Amino acid sequence: MSSDKTVLMDGAGIKRALTRIAHEVLERNKGVSDIVLIGIRSGGAFLADGIAQQISVIEGGEVPVGAVDITLYRDDCSGQLPHQAVGKTEIPFSLEGKKVILVDDVLYTGRTIRAAMDALMDFGRPRCIQLAVLIDRGHRELPIRADFVGRNVPTSLKENVQVIFDETNQPLEVVLEK
Amino acid sequence: MNLLIKNGRVIDPSQNIDDVLDVIVENGLVKEIGKGLKAPSGAEIIDATGKYVVPGLIDMHVHLRDPGLEYKEDIISGTKAAVVGGFTSVCCMPNTKPTIDNKAIASYIINKAKTEGFCNVFPVGSITYGLSGERMSEMGELMESGCVGVSDDGKPVNNSELMMRALQYAAGIGIMVISHAEELELVGEGTMNEGYTSTELGLKGIPRVAEDIATARETLLAEYTGSPIHIAHVSTKGAVRIIREAKARGVKVTCETAPHYFTLTDDAVRGYNTNAKMNPPLREADDVAAIKEGLRDGTIDAIATDHAPHHLDEKDVEFNVALNGIIGLETSLPLSLKLVDDGVLTLNQLVAAMSCQPSKILSLNRGALTTGAIADITLIDPSVEWVVEADKLASKSKNSPFLGWTMKGAAVVTVVGGKVVHRR
Amino acid sequence: MAEFKHKHIIALRDLSKEDIELLISTAESMREINNRDIKKVPTLRGKTIINLFYEASTRTRTSFEIAGKRLSADTVNITTSSSSATKGETLSDTALNLLAMKPDIIVMRHSVSGSHYFLANKVNCSIINAGDGAHEHPSQGLLDMLTMKDRYGRLDGLKVAIVGDITHSRVARSNIQGLTKLGSSVFLAGPPTMLPPGVEKLGNVTVCSSMNEALQDADVVMMLRIQQERQGKTLMPNAREYSRYFGLNPNNIKLAKPNAIVMHPGPINRGVEMSSSTVDGEQSWILKQVENGVAVRMAMLYHVCGGEMGE
Repeated sequence: MSSDKTVLMDGAGIKRALTRIAHEVLERNKGVSDIVLIGIRSGGAFLADGIAQQISVIEGGEVPVGAVDITLYRDDCSGQLPHQAVGKTEIPFSLEGKKVILVDDVLYTGRTIRAAMDALMDFGRPRCIQLAVLIDRGHRELPIRADFVGRNVPTSLKENVQVIFDETNQPLEVVLEK
Repeated sequence: MNLLIKNGRVIDPSQNIDDVLDVIVENGLVKEIGKGLKAPSGAEIIDATGKYVVPGLIDMHVHLRDPGLEYKEDIISGTKAAVVGGFTSVCCMPNTKPTIDNKAIASYIINKAKTEGFCNVFPVGSITYGLSGERMSEMGELMESGCVGVSDDGKPVNNSELMMRALQYAAGIGIMVISHAEELELVGEGTMNEGYTSTELGLKGIPRVAEDIATARETLLAEYTGSPIHIAHVSTKGAVRIIREAKARGVKVTCETAPHYFTLTDDAVRGYNTNAKMNPPLREADDVAAIKEGLRDGTIDAIATDHAPHHLDEKDVEFNVALNGIIGLETSLPLSLKLVDDGVLTLNQLVAAMSCQPSKILSLNRGALTTGAIADITLIDPSVEWVVEADKLASKSKNSPFLGWTMKGAAVVTVVGGKVVHRR
Repeated sequence: MAEFKHKHIIALRDLSKEDIELLISTAESMREINNRDIKKVPTLRGKTIINLFYEASTRTRTSFEIAGKRLSADTVNITTSSSSATKGETLSDTALNLLAMKPDIIVMRHSVSGSHYFLANKVNCSIINAGDGAHEHPSQGLLDMLTMKDRYGRLDGLKVAIVGDITHSRVARSNIQGLTKLGSSVFLAGPPTMLPPGVEKLGNVTVCSSMNEALQDADVVMMLRIQQERQGKTLMPNAREYSRYFGLNPNNIKLAKPNAIVMHPGPINRGVEMSSSTVDGEQSWILKQVENGVAVRMAMLYHVCGGEMGE
């Protein structure tokens, strides 16, 4: 099968987008107080680290970063596919009263976000959850929208959007496969 | 019905015959063997070109389950399975319900076999009443009513004194004692051979020495008393060696093995296959080699099946719960013919082990195609290939580890007392 | 990405190195759930798990029950005596009756080795072995391996001494099967009456002539429970003599590596296979084993609930 690959964003472009998201997060929330970043494994967790870095460059100080694995909260668990490994959920702090910035790489049907929100609720009652994504490719199946978007990319259902990371988990590029 | 069996390879070890010959059967007896014989008037002519014509095969160790356990097998289905497998005579073991320990049961079996069975049935009576291992059966009456041997098959006579007395007594009246040689304390709760496979499967093992010790006891008792003894279903290397040494000393010991003991190892139990569960259990590769060598050098006199039918409900259960035993009448001949193909036995030796020797050991007056002999004859096609399928077996029970196997060789015509009782 | 393609978990012998690694890795992830305030995830919501125990077992049964509940499955316990298998209803009939309740998983403990394979042929749900005769106890093997990995970060290259009644031990068999697949070397010691024939062929296994030889430089010392009812029978004279030659005590434990861990599948006969000081000592990881039991069983339940891999 031949697949056409188009590079939508390169490393520098991704970095600019993350920097902009960091600024928007700070602006919307009027600073870093009570903000925590939770990345969705695996891509979102890497991006959450990137956004956290930018925030500390802009504002100084550390933002707590956690990661959530949504495998156990998926809505397609009951059956047809072999179960894959379960990644680690690492939220070593309470979410009670926090402003959670949930980070994912590509927003598509919204089902992953639904699962991630269910998972977060099991860790306490955050004051709010905001969603930051690098790419929004459309085709939502649930009433979910992102608060911060790196880039909107209109796609067809046959296409696939992927964020590629290098071995140190730094984002390399975003590719569109047909 | 008279027969002319033409152009077959006639093998009769009792007369040292191995030649392409014709056989005439008249009035239930062998009338003549020779070349270019003319059919008597009205005789059926059977073309045996390319086939073996041998004295009817004899299985000296089967369980017909009749009376009492007819849901597993009965005399009709069991003898049908026998003739399909090429057997013209079977000797049935006494662990029926009730036990063959009296004239009434022995007569019942003989009469039912005569009127409804397909082949000769020679009952084996019990050594002890009700197989209790406590008190000798009336061996004299059993013999007079047609029993050809005595055995407590299924279990040993544990009490050595009783076994010694039984050997002396039986020798006195001229009936053969057939021993199920097993040291029960060593068997314990064992369910398969003790070895690497039992270790891996976590099943309690039956050590080979349990059979060796008992075999040694039997040969020593026979030696001490000077009485003959026949050891049933030999399965271990050690037992073969003990019997070989005893024979060399002049002990009157004979023995049999079964096709599964020279065909399978305890690997067949893997998957907890209850159709590979029997007693004695399947052993290991060096035992299989020793059994073959014992057959080759004459230490092992006979091949018997230990045909042990069990209902599916008794086998389709957890391994420990499953009953011991497998059916064998319909697969014995091809599995044994493989020994000839593999160069272990000559055809002559094979026919001896499956016909002449069993007849001789139990004085059945069969196992020969001499003029005037009772016309029990088996025609064997050595090259026909067929697959063992449960629903095609004549036996009521289907507990065979060979289901799905491709077999080579089969009985194509089985003649009992001059009558064709099976054609393939 | 690694995927689990088995419908049943009956024996570690049937699983590949990758399968076992996947189960252990999933268990490591599951552990986090057990430390939350809300110890529950919705993964197996609507699934029914029957814990069918033909042998008494508080620890294993409870652990499977908690594991099922933390994954939101409905769990039902049926405990029955083994003897009923030979007297009344057959296992086959029991299984068919249970099937009428439409379980997704049957977790069974049974005294007959291999009975899970028999059951798996009769039913269409997943079967997990919680111990069968002297055959295997895969969840125990996995939790033991997880515990060792917790200590050393790896299993490859570990020297594991297993001491006791190997012949009758399903725990030993599962550990041998699993550990040798993952690169550990296993050293066995026990009275010769309790060492089954050919056990050294099960993998990278060395049968030692004494307990000291097995303990020498061991990273892990696993003591097996000695069945009290075997005392005074043919396998050993009595507990006192057993303890003298095959009991772990403050002296012989020094033969193992200085920071070696000591494990026991429980329940422990204090003063027989282990002195109290070694049970409660700093090297004892016995309670860690129990803790890991829930996570491992969650991983097993989770993975057998996935679809099978089509060919």
